[in-house]
Amino acid sequence: MSLSYSEKVLKYFLNPVNVGELKDADAIATEGSPACGDMIKLFLKVNKDTKVIEDIKFKSYGCASNIATASVITELAKGKTLDEAKKITWTDAAEYLGGLPPVKVHCAVLAVDALKTAIENYEHTHGLLKEKKPTDEKIVRERLKHVINPLTGLDVLQGNLIKDIKIKDGRIDITLNMAKNNQFAGNISEEIKERLEPLWDVKEVNIILQES
Amino acid sequence: MKKNLYVYLDSNATTRVDDEVAKYILNFYTNDYAVASSQFSHTPGIRAKDAIDKSRYLIAKAINSSPEEVIFTSGATESNNLAIKGVAFANLNSKRKKIIVSKIEHFSVLHTAESLEKFGFEIEYLNVNHEGFVDLNHLASLIDDNTLLVSIMFANHEVGTIQDIKNASEIAHKYGAYFHTDAAVAFLQVPIDVNLLGIDLMSITAHKIYGPKGVGALYIRKGTKIEKIIEGGYQEFNLRAGTENVPGIAGFGKAVEIFSQEDLKKVRNLRDYLYEQIKENISGVYLNGASDFNKRIPNNLNVSFDYIEGESVVLHLDMRGIAVITGSACFSRSLQASHILLAMGFTHERAHGSIRFGLHKYLTKEDIDWTVENVKEVVEKLRKLSPLSK
Repeated sequence: MSLSYSEKVLKYFLNPVNVGELKDADAIATEGSPACGDMIKLFLKVNKDTKVIEDIKFKSYGCASNIATASVITELAKGKTLDEAKKITWTDAAEYLGGLPPVKVHCAVLAVDALKTAIENYEHTHGLLKEKKPTDEKIVRERLKHVINPLTGLDVLQGNLIKDIKIKDGRIDITLNMAKNNQFAGNISEEIKERLEPLWDVKEVNIILQES
Repeated sequence: MKKNLYVYLDSNATTRVDDEVAKYILNFYTNDYAVASSQFSHTPGIRAKDAIDKSRYLIAKAINSSPEEVIFTSGATESNNLAIKGVAFANLNSKRKKIIVSKIEHFSVLHTAESLEKFGFEIEYLNVNHEGFVDLNHLASLIDDNTLLVSIMFANHEVGTIQDIKNASEIAHKYGAYFHTDAAVAFLQVPIDVNLLGIDLMSITAHKIYGPKGVGALYIRKGTKIEKIIEGGYQEFNLRAGTENVPGIAGFGKAVEIFSQEDLKKVRNLRDYLYEQIKENISGVYLNGASDFNKRIPNNLNVSFDYIEGESVVLHLDMRGIAVITGSACFSRSLQASHILLAMGFTHERAHGSIRFGLHKYLTKEDIDWTVENVKEVVEKLRKLSPLSK
């Protein structure tokens, strides 16, 4: 099995770089879910004036290619401005690693998505958006597509977990089709908040669960 | 790190061939290489036939059947195909159109059963509980007078759970259905008496009991209405055409002949020790499969580790000279998590974190200690990386 990975992938798998968390991160993004087998959490520290990514760290629950691609993406992004970092693609990471087995390409895509989301979150919270679109249900739903129910492996929209979405004066109320005592209620609520709170005009995200 | 130690722990997939078996097989490639085409053959041909007869006798003795009820095949996959398709095709004119299998069967049973849908058969799937035991109440509720065949594996290859075969076959027979069991990982690991357990058809294989790959057998109870699925000559009582794999069949018999209960006891003890040591040294470990170790095959342990994904564990251990496998989606060709762990009601996360240890007679206590030491290091290393660790 190890033979299907390039030497570079194995090198980064054994000795990943930029692993860890940033306590004073300016932006955080999580992509994937343990249910899918791949999950990455990315932390950014950005220079306010130059917009250069000064530090970047990641944590990964996932296979070898997930760990290796996350390593490479962080290595490529470090020292770049946000606009430069946005241009990094999964093919850049895959090429840098000497290729990935076709079934593992999604790992590279996931790592790049995490970087893009983290940058986007930074732009939302630091007033860098070029075009300030007011948050509506469509934007909320788009972001909720990335929140996965660990039990089914489906996102919360596909899994019919979203009962209602209300948006008013910077406050979002999400009602879930999920009982308070469900073992994943805390987990999913937290992930939804993490997805929606960075939006530029959102001040508060409130999750409403069903009485058990 | 001990450089020259390689600890193979994938024995539920396959085992190394015993030296005595390998030596015995070689003779049928280089000396007694004739085929057993007829009982009135030339001398070398008769020697080949004698070798096959001897193996057939040894296997029959091991499961308390008659030798004529044992048909040699290319392995358990073919045996499962022959059992299910063979019975289905021989009974196409019967009103019985229902086939019931469990959800945790090997793909060679699941996909074979599915393939019969296009011939008008209806396939029903039995639920299992959290420990991998087939729900026999579910069987009782699905079975009817239109059921042709019930197929429930003897023991599961991933989680090791041994089924209540006696009660399952009783339910099948009450409705006049045939009962088939895939005993690929159970044969010789647990005592099997086909008469006592009411088994009509049973698939077994050589390569999980220190025998060669590419040879298996199907036990077919006398009187079972079945037809061949590979057309050709009249070999194997006209139920399986093709030149017999004489070296393989001879090796299968030899492996059965020398299989030792003492070795089996040793394997069981090492397995128990491995589990004890893992529990003692690593936190966040969950046992997958039967918690009553008397209801698990002696050579299997399957556990899940919190917060980490199995492919990474497998790869790290491989680089350290330890061979295990995982039920994680990342590991499989299809990117699907183990259908067995999911059928048992586990989250994808638990399936992704599962590791299977398959033990065998060549292991020592030192191998197990070294394995535990490395598993602990790898699990800790990966947990440091994991965003889920607390």
